[in-house]
Amino acid sequence: MYKKFKADMNKYWKYAIYSSKAQLKSEVANSYLNWLWWILEPLCFMLIYNFIFGTVFAAREKYFSIFIFIGITLWDFFNKTMLQSVRIVKQNKSIVSKVYLPKYILLLVKMGVNGFKMFVSFGIVIIMLIAFRVPMTFNIIFALPILAALGLITFGIGCFLLHYGVFIEDLYNVVHIGLRLVFYMTGIFWNITTRLPAPYGEIICHVNPIAFLLSSMRDSILYGRTPNLPLLALWLAVGLLLSVIGVRKIYRNENSYVKVI
Amino acid sequence: MEERYAIEVKDLVISYRNLKKTSIKQNLLRFKRRKAENFVAVKGISFYVREGEILGIIGKNGSGKSTTLNALAGIFSPDSGTIDLKGHSISLLSIGVGFQREMTGRENIMLSGMLLGFTEQQIKEKEQEIIDFAGLGKFIDMPVRTYSSGMHSKLAFSITAILETDIMLIDEVLSVGDQKFKKKSYNKMKSLISNKERTVVIVSHSLSTLEELCDTVMWMHEGEIKKIGDPKEVLAEYVEFMEQG
Repeated sequence: MYKKFKADMNKYWKYAIYSSKAQLKSEVANSYLNWLWWILEPLCFMLIYNFIFGTVFAAREKYFSIFIFIGITLWDFFNKTMLQSVRIVKQNKSIVSKVYLPKYILLLVKMGVNGFKMFVSFGIVIIMLIAFRVPMTFNIIFALPILAALGLITFGIGCFLLHYGVFIEDLYNVVHIGLRLVFYMTGIFWNITTRLPAPYGEIICHVNPIAFLLSSMRDSILYGRTPNLPLLALWLAVGLLLSVIGVRKIYRNENSYVKVI
Repeated sequence: MEERYAIEVKDLVISYRNLKKTSIKQNLLRFKRRKAENFVAVKGISFYVREGEILGIIGKNGSGKSTTLNALAGIFSPDSGTIDLKGHSISLLSIGVGFQREMTGRENIMLSGMLLGFTEQQIKEKEQEIIDFAGLGKFIDMPVRTYSSGMHSKLAFSITAILETDIMLIDEVLSVGDQKFKKKSYNKMKSLISNKERTVVIVSHSLSTLEELCDTVMWMHEGEIKKIGDPKEVLAEYVEFMEQG
């Protein structure tokens, strides 16, 4: 399988990049202000959460605005990719039924689109870090393995959703509800480890990869702390394993997708 | 001279599984598990096509012709058996590769070309020819969702017809678009087929087309090859069989 995967990636990565770019471009083409929404949307949510949790519920986290913004940035990437992956084969029916392409490439295209928007958001995080004069430490380098783990976990789970989404019609509804639960269990606008009574906060932060990656990202770029490296390595490995199993699942079943849609 | 094969198919089996969708709601309401349905569309066929040969496939509806063609194109991979294209590039002509509706015609040319295995450079070289052939004018830089169905099929045809692959698969000799384009596309298709170096597989119900164009005809019946050989002989037997009902 590894050989096939390597050959396919070689053959289709250019397609994936071109397709991601074209999708981003078409979003902008439809309305010239659309790219502004890539920035405005997280910015507005940050302001809302900042008001509700910072002012009304008096959150005490340091640099609370950036704290929320990092949360929204990573969460949006994961959340959007998950939701899109459920219907991705059906939405690309016109391509899938006329030419062969490994179906996970469709997922990679979406990850490219969402990933680009995530990096635009990260640009704002950097501006905020400078504006708020947040002290930088070498711990910032851990942002890279954290992003890698997020990418692998998103891709791995996305492969499974892509596969089951073809066969199970109402999977979208279930995933939608599930993601809402994960949203609250992730601590986008609150600190789970301090807000939940011990030991639940710690447990959730260890068991929920998105919660863990999010708080690690905040530690590394905002609070100058080294994240829990063994746990980060473990989630990287889990992400890799999920991706391998997911790709294998798609390879084994992608034939029948055309027949079902 | 040694005969070289362009396509070699061995013991090809293709079955459709789990054709029905399910939903979580349904499964909650119904406790019995539905059995996975299995329908064998192609039952272990073997054949080969020489380089430059034109093979026609005939058979009644549901005989497995289109499934075989789709399998050759790689859209379905075999449940068992093998399809060896000897490294040749292949495309399904006339229906196009499928478009992304939000993107422009020009971008879709690039995407379709890449899916057919061409490099960016190769596609750029042919881009103008495709645009000219499709005759879409300014529309080429507009999103495909704004196209009429005729424009859509013109572009689809032009991409696969101009980006020539070694092996071409044709599901019914279609002619698309308005009267003028119909003639143009039919002529283009004929010139593509008659190119001595190109291997072509045509699925059709038209006896006259097959007799006129093909070197060999394969008759499929209920997923199996009933007869393969000289077009006149095979077609005569096929007609006789169909008339007997």
